[in-house]
Amino acid sequence: MSEQQTVNLTIDGVKVVAAKGATIMEAAEKSLGVKIPRLCYHPKLSMQGSCRVCIVEVKGANGYVTACSAKCAEGMEVQTNSPAIRQARRDIVELLLDNHPRACLTCDRDGNCELQNLAYTLGVREHLFSGERKRFPIENSSASVVRNPEKCILCGRCVRVCAEVQGIENLSQHSRGFKTFVSPAFDANMDDSVCIQCGQCVNACPTAAFIGKSYTENVWQALADPTKHVVVHTAPAIRATIGEGFGMKPGTPAAGKMVTALRRLGFDKVFDTNFTADLTIIEEATEFLGRLQKGERLPLLTSCSPGWVNFLERFYPELIPNASSCKSPMSMMSALIKTYYAEKAGIDPKDIFVVSVMPCTAKKFESRRPELTMPDGTPATDAVIMTRELIYMIKSYGINMAALDDGEFDSPMGDSTGAADIFGTTGGVLEAALRMAVEVVTGAPPANMEFVEVRAVEGLRVRELKVNDDLTLRVGISNGLNNAKKLLDKVVKGEEQFHIIEIMACPGGCIGGGGQPYPPAGYTILDPKLLARRAAALYAIDVQKELRSSNHNPAIKAIYANYLGEPGGEKAHHLLHTHYAPRLPRGIR
Amino acid sequence: MSTATKNTDNREEVRAVAEAALTPEIVAFIADCVKGDHVQSQLIRVLHKVQGHYGYLGPDQMDAVAQLLQVPTSRVTGVATFYHFFRLEPRGKYMISVCLGTACYVKGAERIADRLQEELGVHFGETTKDKLFSLEATRCLGTCGLAPVVMIEEKVYGGVEPDQIPGIIGKYTKMAQEEKKA
Repeated sequence: MSEQQTVNLTIDGVKVVAAKGATIMEAAEKSLGVKIPRLCYHPKLSMQGSCRVCIVEVKGANGYVTACSAKCAEGMEVQTNSPAIRQARRDIVELLLDNHPRACLTCDRDGNCELQNLAYTLGVREHLFSGERKRFPIENSSASVVRNPEKCILCGRCVRVCAEVQGIENLSQHSRGFKTFVSPAFDANMDDSVCIQCGQCVNACPTAAFIGKSYTENVWQALADPTKHVVVHTAPAIRATIGEGFGMKPGTPAAGKMVTALRRLGFDKVFDTNFTADLTIIEEATEFLGRLQKGERLPLLTSCSPGWVNFLERFYPELIPNASSCKSPMSMMSALIKTYYAEKAGIDPKDIFVVSVMPCTAKKFESRRPELTMPDGTPATDAVIMTRELIYMIKSYGINMAALDDGEFDSPMGDSTGAADIFGTTGGVLEAALRMAVEVVTGAPPANMEFVEVRAVEGLRVRELKVNDDLTLRVGISNGLNNAKKLLDKVVKGEEQFHIIEIMACPGGCIGGGGQPYPPAGYTILDPKLLARRAAALYAIDVQKELRSSNHNPAIKAIYANYLGEPGGEKAHHLLHTHYAPRLPRGIR
Repeated sequence: MSTATKNTDNREEVRAVAEAALTPEIVAFIADCVKGDHVQSQLIRVLHKVQGHYGYLGPDQMDAVAQLLQVPTSRVTGVATFYHFFRLEPRGKYMISVCLGTACYVKGAERIADRLQEELGVHFGETTKDKLFSLEATRCLGTCGLAPVVMIEEKVYGGVEPDQIPGIIGKYTKMAQEEKKA
């Protein structure tokens, strides 16, 4: 590098060369391997610099400097751990703790809390300041996200992730000074605001000011009820992340151990949402090819991600006709369990309790949608639990996950192709649809099953895919709804034409969902390295499967032959499709 | 390629509701603001305008401002709750402001404040049940020579003693009653 592109400084007495424009925090980490403590800072979000935890001493500077925002300068002398700095940081965290409920032992994030970790690493061992503490009620009335402003430390990460990554801007800091709190407009709950229930605020929160609503108690009760036949099904993305909860390296596939653990917990049947992911592909590809033939309602917008569906209804209602009418794999599966499976097993659907394990908070809201209930008005999915909740249940039961043998999902609704596994990561639904669509259009399966060009790890892609001489598909793939906006605005204005757009609400797709494990040590949320590892787990499963295209799943063929009839037919339509409607308040794009 | 079969766009409905929540004059004012650059920086101006007309910022008005300016509602409420100047509750017919600036404070403004709260049965920032009086504390009104100072609407009362308070309040109550009769 030339001289102009670098600056020379000393950090903790060590001469360091930093890239021009690098912050002190970045330089200390890169050159010295020193991770300066931080709270409000997040590498993927805008700079706030409000928590002051990352302060360092800079010789000649007036007061302490925040390492997250201060850039390295020529000749700078930085101390990251002088006695004065250590004391000041400790004071800052002590002041935060003084205004925080002393309820770690009973907190949802005990052992997983950034504030708790900081208090420990910075050496806070007593409560020195005993001032007034803020008091707020817990907002628990939404289906998916619980807000507890007393535990909020006003770092603003939720506000920024909601605005900058998801483009919702549902959250804001309200009031001022000591009375400041974070909430949606008018202090509304998540169901009554423009919230899309994606749970990224839960992931971004360093404490438990936002948590996913827990339904584990309902599940324990059902499992203990001898009159209930309790059936569980697990989303594609769970197998890629559940291991993290048990100390496995991120990206370790753990489907087999998960199945055994679920049986040990007492579930009567362990099915795989993958099965209905395959089914979704059949229905959605049929729907897509039908629209393509008629040239109507294109682009087709995928509809598996419930956060995205909420976004569609609130922010882009004019595009509702473009959304696939397919239910999500979760809702297809739960409906089939209470119809097809109940009939086959000779069990009254009223005695069946369906639990789904999802990487998602928005699925909890989806399960309560009136249009997805059974004819008698009861929900098809009785309880939706997140990956984190399943990890808790397994630990709570005392199951030694690492020692478990691999189990197999129950047949037939546990059989799936590799196309279903990749649903859990960005581009996966589109890739799975392409595997089938190419075969339907050309008469032969694609030569290469891997459509790597649609794996939009960077968040947004537009690609043209040649199917044959007559057909080239223009596809869009996005994850993180701010990225989706960019595509949808072009569609609304008629600036660009697409055949199909896959939209996943959460960054990286379901592997980055709002119900996934909090990042293990060394990773942060929205961390591309973590998302890549999780995605790699799903691709590894896909590659190992003999069948990799949904239309080759024999169990799927059988369910059409024996129960559903034709893809897109009357019975299929009744059980596997849904509808959407504009929802108020309307979001501001 | 996109041919929607059913119109699911509620933009016009939402707009109509928003416009109905404000006066035509304010709607026109916002329409002007939207024409320029940096629409978001017009938010405080618009909120001033709304409060100028209604005396406070109600949820329907803030929702309407958000929709017409196309600024996220949470940002509108964030700004409205941050600034002391914005009121979120309807104000009373008469606004009583007690100066708590240094000079007034030294001259016993606290006793005036206590007496006012006692007589009206409300705290600072609140409005009496009969919607007649709102009570607020202010910083220096620039009339330190008259300390301690109480201002009711535009009229300034100087050198106020706590025992004068019932009389002053009574005057306004009577005034309101007579207005009502007329």
